[in-house]
Amino acid sequence: MSGAAWSQFAALIALLLLTAPPLGRYLAAVYGDAGRAPGDRVFLPVERAVYRLCRVDAGREQRWTGYALSLLAFSLVSFLLLYALLRLQGVLPLNPVGLPGVAPNVAFNAAVSFVTNTNWQSYGGEYTMSHLSQMAGLTVQNFVSAAAGMAVMAALVRGLARRRAATVGNFWVDLTRGTVRVLLPLSFALAVVLAGQGVVQNLSGHTAAATLEGARQLIPGGPAAGQVAIKQLGTNGGGFFDMNSAHPFENPTPLSNLVENWAILVIPFALAFAYGHLVGDRRQGRAVFAVMAVVWAGMSVAAMALETAGNPRLDALGVDQAAGYLEGKETRFGAAASGLWAASTTGTSNGSVNAMHDSLTPMGGGTALIHMMLGEVSPGGAGVGLNGLLVMAVLAVFVAGLMVGRTPEYLGKKIQAAEMKLVVLYLLAMPTVLLGFAAASSVLDTALASRSAEGPHGLTEILYAYASAANNNGSAFAGLDSTTYWYTTTLGLAMLVGRFLLIIPVLAIAGSLARKQPAPATAGTLPTHTLLFGGLLIGVVVVVAGLTFLPALALGPIVEHLSL
Amino acid sequence: MRAALRQLPSALGMVLVFTVLTGLLYPMAVTGAAQALFGDRADGSPVVRDGQVVGSRLLSQPFTGPGYFHPRPSAVDHDGSHSGASQLGPTDPALLADIEARAVAYREENGLAAGAEVPVDAVTASGSGLDPHISTANARLQAPRVARDRGLDRAEVLALVEEHTQGRWAGVLGDPGVNVLELNLALDESAEEGA
Repeated sequence: MSGAAWSQFAALIALLLLTAPPLGRYLAAVYGDAGRAPGDRVFLPVERAVYRLCRVDAGREQRWTGYALSLLAFSLVSFLLLYALLRLQGVLPLNPVGLPGVAPNVAFNAAVSFVTNTNWQSYGGEYTMSHLSQMAGLTVQNFVSAAAGMAVMAALVRGLARRRAATVGNFWVDLTRGTVRVLLPLSFALAVVLAGQGVVQNLSGHTAAATLEGARQLIPGGPAAGQVAIKQLGTNGGGFFDMNSAHPFENPTPLSNLVENWAILVIPFALAFAYGHLVGDRRQGRAVFAVMAVVWAGMSVAAMALETAGNPRLDALGVDQAAGYLEGKETRFGAAASGLWAASTTGTSNGSVNAMHDSLTPMGGGTALIHMMLGEVSPGGAGVGLNGLLVMAVLAVFVAGLMVGRTPEYLGKKIQAAEMKLVVLYLLAMPTVLLGFAAASSVLDTALASRSAEGPHGLTEILYAYASAANNNGSAFAGLDSTTYWYTTTLGLAMLVGRFLLIIPVLAIAGSLARKQPAPATAGTLPTHTLLFGGLLIGVVVVVAGLTFLPALALGPIVEHLSL
Repeated sequence: MRAALRQLPSALGMVLVFTVLTGLLYPMAVTGAAQALFGDRADGSPVVRDGQVVGSRLLSQPFTGPGYFHPRPSAVDHDGSHSGASQLGPTDPALLADIEARAVAYREENGLAAGAEVPVDAVTASGSGLDPHISTANARLQAPRVARDRGLDRAEVLALVEEHTQGRWAGVLGDPGVNVLELNLALDESAEEGA
């Protein structure tokens, strides 16, 4: 890896270290119980108006069951309205190119995908979605699915912080505050910065250009900058254009690339610091941040090194790969920034891509795949990433408790059979759908026909698709034709499992922990802010994923790498 | 069940309120700000010559004539309304055959010896299919062909390449490159001046 590659990496880290801690403090005020937060004078009237219009009693807190029901009802209504909008876009306004309604299976897949914060796309935005669908459908879900994820995080942290409490917060309040106070202002600022770099933002259709050699080229228009901003900040990742953040109109310059890469990571990292503030022990937040950062940095360096090293198969063809391997990559970013993005987008549940993952080197693509299989905890999606790591932390104290024969505690809360059953449910849901559907796809002729290649690369394409869907990531090995009924349907189901069968156990754990009285720390308590615990936590994350996925990985990216 | 049904009116209200707030007001506000502050850039960075839009600064064009610099290979032939990539894996025989054929064609076009090393960006398809840049090495190797076809000094064309090379941003971000459309426009301009 060159000095320039390391400098880009250092620039991104510096930007994150500068911004994540203050943003974390702000997020803690937004979700905290203090009752006052910065900007109340601006935001409170908006929030009160929202509550009044929706007949929500903001003062009434919910038990975890009520919280979960609100979230499910909200997701169901979101899905139905989005599906209807996509099917009907052909007869609705703001459709300058005159696109027809979206096909039923694609509309189902897209609606599930955006409601679950996955943003897997079995379509190309610029030739499938009208401007109205992009704005009033997809952009809206970009916002609220991220706000819902952060709301669940807030509920879980309240469960840890409160003592002998019956309730974990109010879903409608958390949803509203997350959208109004965090996502909207940040997105607006980011969107304007991106438009300044050249990301398009207008309501026009195509502009016809006569090229220098006399050909005709269509220059697409659309409200892209606003959607790109929230797709990164909300760890959504769905592109306005088919080629996502590789498209010059979504990501025009090296600077926009750095800013977007930062936007993918900043909220998940900031939530670690917010967590420390919310539980009244900032060391806990720093420990969680450190674990997230170490795993992310390791995966980033691996991906950058692999992509800049080039593809050995090209050496025999007389290709000079001093710039790295560039198939599916953009010149203005280069191989290093493409690898860095690939690791960032898969460590979060973002899934936007600035290079085509199917064309990464075998272990570069493998790194992206493994990063998702770790459960997206480094640093994970907006809200859901912290949830995942806290569930892993509960498992880690449980493992440590088994070693010394003591009832495990996390932040003083005793971890007992009820919580562990929920933890196991959480841990099993994602691998079960991932490996189950991937296994079925490896034997069904209809599913196999979608691969772009046979052998290990074809298997990796299938594994990647379900890893992406089951982890609500949304990036793809896009050589796999996922527009078939088999893939739109099964990937849709995998996304639903990956969203709701993870969120519901987390809320149940929150409700169960909230009721407990914390035990005072003694000499026998395992402290959870130390280097030792951080190491144990990383170990648990890696071992759980390794035991589950290593056999499948060995047959996919690993064997393809060894064949180079 | 009844508890779940009781949530539905609030849920419907919330989805509608946020549709207005984040799906209509927010994009309109961003459009207003972007148009007021940046105009052209928010409209796709169009390049206008003699009152006619000839392309976008940010989108590659399918240059094929020997007198113009050529962009990187595109899986969608530089179709501005339909971005796309090869999506072929790194060991895919079809990809390796494509790369080999492109390398042979590139050497022939630019008068390089058989087996001479060619820059990786010249023989691999970009991610968007619309990559507006090529590497400086690629541009330098194409310069003699362009100079010969236009009857220009090789040094003159190389100087234009240097002039249009964009370094790393702040010396750190991205990779250096040359914007092909801007370079070709500059070539046409210098031709007009000479005439």
